[in-house]
Order: sequence, then C-alpha cells, then structure tokens
Amino acid sequence: MITGLELRGVSVRRGGRKLFSDLSLSLAAGEACALTGANGAGKTSLLRAVAGLVPLEAGEILFGDTDPAEARHEGLHLVGHQDGLKPARTVREELTFWSLWSGGTAASVEDAAARLDLTTLLDLEVRRLSAGQRRRLALAKLIAAPRPLWLLDEPLSPLDAGWRTRFGAMMQSHLAGGGLILAAVHDPLPIAAKVLEIAG
Amino acid sequence: MSRLGALLARETALAWGRGGGPMVSVGFYAGVATLLPLAIGPEPARLAAIAPGAAWVALALASLLSLDRLFERDYEDGALDHLALSPVPLELTCAAKCFGQWLATGAPLALAAPIAAIGLGAPLALAPLIFACALIGGLAFAFTGGIGAALTLGARRGGLLTAMIVLPLFVPPVIFGGGALASFLAGLPWTSGFALLAAYAAAFVALGPLFMAAACRNALS
Repeated sequence: MITGLELRGVSVRRGGRKLFSDLSLSLAAGEACALTGANGAGKTSLLRAVAGLVPLEAGEILFGDTDPAEARHEGLHLVGHQDGLKPARTVREELTFWSLWSGGTAASVEDAAARLDLTTLLDLEVRRLSAGQRRRLALAKLIAAPRPLWLLDEPLSPLDAGWRTRFGAMMQSHLAGGGLILAAVHDPLPIAAKVLEIAG
Repeated sequence: MSRLGALLARETALAWGRGGGPMVSVGFYAGVATLLPLAIGPEPARLAAIAPGAAWVALALASLLSLDRLFERDYEDGALDHLALSPVPLELTCAAKCFGQWLATGAPLALAAPIAAIGLGAPLALAPLIFACALIGGLAFAFTGGIGAALTLGARRGGLLTAMIVLPLFVPPVIFGGGALASFLAGLPWTSGFALLAAYAAAFVALGPLFMAAACRNALS
C-alpha cells in the first residue's frame, strides 16, 4: 500500500532538451496535486517518470515505505491521452482485460461499468464510443482494480459538466479511502488539491 | 483467469484480426505456391523436386506479413505503457504476444503447408513432417520476428526495417527445416535437421523475449 509520494529534486530530459529540473513535491495519503504548466512543459513526462516509464536525469521518486518497483507494478494507475483501448474490441472485452491485468475481478468489472454508466454499452465496439464515453471506459479501470496512486493526464478534458462533477466525487471518495492523485490539468480539478506548476 | 491467460487470449484475438489475420497469411502463402508452377514450368518431376523447399520458403515469407504490427499498435495507442505497469515481467508479456501471434497465424500456416507441398507434387508421406516442421518453424519465426518488431518500434517504414532485421534470423530455421525435408525425401536420417530446428526455436523462445523487452523499454523511455 502506497502511503505517500515524494519527488526530490527531479529533473527530466527528453530528446536532448531539459524539460524541467529540481522539481520537488510531497503528497501524503488522502492528498491530491494538480500539475499545471504550458503545453510541452513536461506534465505528461513527469507522470510517466513517476510511473517509471521515463528515466530521471537527476533526483529520486519515493513511494512512502513501498519499494518503487512494487509500487509501480501494483500500486498505481496511469490514465492518459493514449488509453490503450482497441477500437475493434468490445467495451466488455477491454474493461475486463484491463481490470484483470491491473488486479481486478470479474465482479469488480460489473460494478465499475455501473458506476461509470457503461452497462448499456458493454457489448458495443470501442470504435462506436464518443470521446467522453471512451474516456469513461479508460477511467473505469480505476474503479474495477483499485490501486492507491492515480496518475491522471487531463482526465476531465473530454467529459461533459455532469461527468466532471461525478468523476470529481469519485476522486474525492478515492482520497477519503487513503488514495493519492497526481493529475496533469489545464482546467482546475473539482476537488481540493495542491498545485505544482511546471515552468519548464 | 490469470493475468497471463487473459493476455494470451487477448493477443491471440488481436493477432487473429491484425492485418487480416490468418486468412491473409494463408492466402499469401497459397498465392506464392500457385505462382511457382507458373514461373518454373508445370513439369511434375521438376515441381515435385522443389515442392518441400518452396513450401518452406513461402512459409517464412508469409510469417513476415503481420509481424511489423506485433508491438507497433500497442506502442502507438499507449497499451504498451499499461502492459508495462504490471507485476507480470515485460519479458513474459512479450513472450505471450509472440505466442498469440503463433497461435493465430503460425498454426494455420502449418496446416496449409502440407496441402501446398502436396499440391506442388510432394509425396503424401512427407505431409506429417512438413506439418511438424512448419509448426516448430513458425514458433521460431514468431519469436525471431518479435525481436525485429520490437527493435523497430517508432521507426518510419518499420515494416520494411523489420523484414531486413528478421530475414537473416530466418536463415537457420529455413536451412534446418529444408534439410530435414530433403533428407526425408532422399531416405536419409532427417532427425538431426529437425532437432536443430527445434533447438533453434527453443533458444529464441527462451532468449527472444529478453531482447524484445529491452527494446520495448528503450522505446517507451
């Protein structure tokens, strides 16, 4: 169980360009942080660095008392612009697979589908979904396979006002259960959160 | 269902649909086998002499068809990120993808191989050995091909590059399998060629995923 997230003097370089340097942040269980900054500042790269997909040029990332490798493999979800969903597969097939892959069960898939209002869409191919429905499908694995740290890249952008509010309530519920959220955003999060601006 | 079981089922289903799936590979294979008599003449004796080798080379080429998308689609749509964030080692994930590719295209091609060879004039008695060679050779093609597909992630014209990387790795199984078939036809011991083919496939099943996972991690970072 991840009880905290700490970034100490983190620097990331991509494609020969330094994105940001000496970035520090401390999040305890139940806290959220909104990453802000201009396009290309490195918000997505920071999320991917926390997930271990992008190497650090300097600094370190700690997950409380949890071993970083274990935290990355079993303790976090990354939901970004690239959702990994296959257009030719059905909503049920994709949700079931990604839930199982992340440690969920068949029962939790049904619950997640109901909470994200996807039950009537389960037998539809992903290619038939609207952008908002597709984002809800990508977010459903957060519910189907609970993990403490959510790394979210523009989670609200394709959602309508009603779903932004409902997803805000889900984030609040996650934090109340001791979870942590790090979200790259352009619009404000609908929950109380620290703000870390990446100036580049 | 376990994570790996779920992944294997998914990969097989995706490979079945990838680039037309087994029907395109088998269709391509049948096309090559049909073109041969048109190119070298219809004399039965000449066709029978080259039938096993021709069927074997056509199999290697048909195996190339859908390899370039083995990792590319997952890389482009972000699925590779999510696959990497799991307790399942990326090496095992890569192995499951190759195994799914083999189940979806290698196994149907192995079923088609004896039919094509007999159609070209190979003796019926050769059919079981052609099937066995094609099945094991297909495994070698899938796992060596996976290395090429992973190394070319994100590259422009990756399909062509994959073929350039993979074709040299296809040489040993083509030689070993072709040798076993030729020996069988000549009434000579054929098991050494077959054993070498199986050993080559086993080596790449064991070692290939290490290279694939390293290449995937490099592409993701």
